[in-house]
Amino acid sequence: MRFYEFETKQLLKKHRIPLVQSELAKTADEAEKLASHIGGPVILKAQAIAPGLAAASMREVSDSAGAKAAATELLGLDDGGRKPNGILVEARPTGETVYSLSFTYDGTTKRPVVAAADMAGKIDDLGDTHPERIVRRHFSALYPFSDYIAKELAKSLALEGNDLKRMTRIVSGLARLFLEYDLADLDVRSLVKLGDGNFVVLDVEADLEIEARHRQRPMLDELGFAKEDLRQVREPTEFELEGARIDDEDPRGIISPIAEFDGNIGLVIGAGGGSLTLTDAVRKHGGRPANYAAIGGNPSVDKARRLTKLVLTKPGVDKIAVMSNVVSNTRADLVARGVIKGITELGFEPADKILIFRVPGAWEADAAKILKKYGVEYCDRTVSISEAARRAVEKVG
Amino acid sequence: MAVIVHEDFQFIVQGITGREALNFTRECLQYGSKIIGGVTPGKGGREVYGVPVYDTVREITEKQRVDGTIITVPLAFAPDAAYEAIDAGIKEVIIITEGIPRKDASAVVEYAALHGARVIGPNCLGVIVPDVCRFGSLGGPAVDCRKAFKPGVVGVMSRSGGMTTEICNALTLSGLGVSTAISIGGDPVIGSTYVDLIPLFEADKDTKAVVIYAEPGGTAEAELARWTQENNSRLPIVAFVAGRFMDEMPGMSFGHAGTVVNKKVDSPADKMRRMREAGISVAEEIGDIPNLVRERIGN
Repeated sequence: MRFYEFETKQLLKKHRIPLVQSELAKTADEAEKLASHIGGPVILKAQAIAPGLAAASMREVSDSAGAKAAATELLGLDDGGRKPNGILVEARPTGETVYSLSFTYDGTTKRPVVAAADMAGKIDDLGDTHPERIVRRHFSALYPFSDYIAKELAKSLALEGNDLKRMTRIVSGLARLFLEYDLADLDVRSLVKLGDGNFVVLDVEADLEIEARHRQRPMLDELGFAKEDLRQVREPTEFELEGARIDDEDPRGIISPIAEFDGNIGLVIGAGGGSLTLTDAVRKHGGRPANYAAIGGNPSVDKARRLTKLVLTKPGVDKIAVMSNVVSNTRADLVARGVIKGITELGFEPADKILIFRVPGAWEADAAKILKKYGVEYCDRTVSISEAARRAVEKVG
Repeated sequence: MAVIVHEDFQFIVQGITGREALNFTRECLQYGSKIIGGVTPGKGGREVYGVPVYDTVREITEKQRVDGTIITVPLAFAPDAAYEAIDAGIKEVIIITEGIPRKDASAVVEYAALHGARVIGPNCLGVIVPDVCRFGSLGGPAVDCRKAFKPGVVGVMSRSGGMTTEICNALTLSGLGVSTAISIGGDPVIGSTYVDLIPLFEADKDTKAVVIYAEPGGTAEAELARWTQENNSRLPIVAFVAGRFMDEMPGMSFGHAGTVVNKKVDSPADKMRRMREAGISVAEEIGDIPNLVRERIGN
């Protein structure tokens, strides 16, 4: 879950990480006022979370009049179906020495890691262009963070004297904050050393571990996060919201994540990895999926029924493909019952609406029996995922 | 020979009275696995399909040899259950529980390493050596499990539990069969990655090739590519990468918690390129896997 930069800066401020002077404007007029209050050239940053907006959301202007014009434009930015959540108006400090810091989890060592470079940028990108400028230290999620780790990192950036001590304090503070708030990523893209020797954070972004959102509720409340706000990269559509509702209303099994695409083949598919593989397979054979779904954990007949109706009533969808990997715990017969029920409730014949039914595994004999009654062919485990997808695409024409 | 488990492997189930645990305990017993106890606090003294239930892990480890544990307790209690098992001296720890924040997973894995224990998962289905031992919930009911997993020569490691079964089913249908299959888990931080486990397959004389199932997100595939280039392994590797469509949808998460394209290394295209460069065969579809394995092992 991506934070807006102004939220990340609130967290940093609370933990006494030195920041550049920075204020949030909700309107262009406010931006103008804040710019004139700061005085001189300022940076405006539209508060947006969709990926790929970094360049488009930032403007440097020389005075408050310029700030108003730029803010008006920035507020019109499309942030994955949303409008920007205000504009950060920031002073532009002068300082020739700039650093970047990045905290994340290293899947190879399975431990948190901090990386630093003596230049501005996102460490992940700098890794491609300037790998020799990056230094790293792993730390622990099991034991409390110890300052010497930050000191060693600062030392390997060739810092000395007060610089070493100041950098140590900043890195330690950020590491503790990273652990305390269950962040998945924390990227300080520029940390500037000012003329007076102090360091300030200019650009920063942070992601919350989505699985920790419940235990981090106090922090999220403090930042004003709405309960249902998951900060997806784009606003969920009506179709996706209804899918999530169906999933929430019945705890038996899951059918999510559900996503809307613009194709014509309705997909009632599972499970996690199976759905990824099946979506690829449909596209590979030239099919255009109308949606993504992920049936798993043995959903009830009712859940399968409601998902079927949701997908089949999506505009542009005439037929559905019901497919999964070989299931272990999900019962193929319950899926078959739910799908048939959903289709007949809409007044259609299952044989007209089901492009293919390929759900092999647990209770497959029962599933085959049910489908036979409705004249629907049951594909068993000898029909591969790719072959099932090919037949579905061929049939939809 | 086999990987991780063996014929006399005996294990316990933490959270044995939960709905999912009841199912796979019954399935494992029907498959012939040796489950010598279960743990659910407050339910000590009961039995589950003839398996005695205790309040603590130590009540079992004090009296008997326990080779492994399957943890399937609710989210909030999972790290504690892992610490309990590790402190009681258990060396093979499977965590099935889904949704554990990476900070907690990281802490558990570090603790396990300090105590010489191995963690598989979280968010996985465990390990199976066909006809020898099923240590987890792969394959569902014993009768279905036997259909999908036949003994053979291919080791399987997969980030998806369901796709472990799908791939093993394809290997079984082709006649190659499976030596050991491991569902390693779909989270961003897991206890054992491909690179951690592949030396075990290397040492297993029954394994002649390894198949991996990969997804977008994380560095595990890049690490495997690097390992392959640096080690003169006798094992050919065949990889399948799912979720290629996600390359067009940066930042969106599908399927497992670790499945998201944020960085370049996360992308299926990048993973496939690195693995191909390292000499790993990349399958276009699941159905191609058996033939690629045959080509590589000259069979």
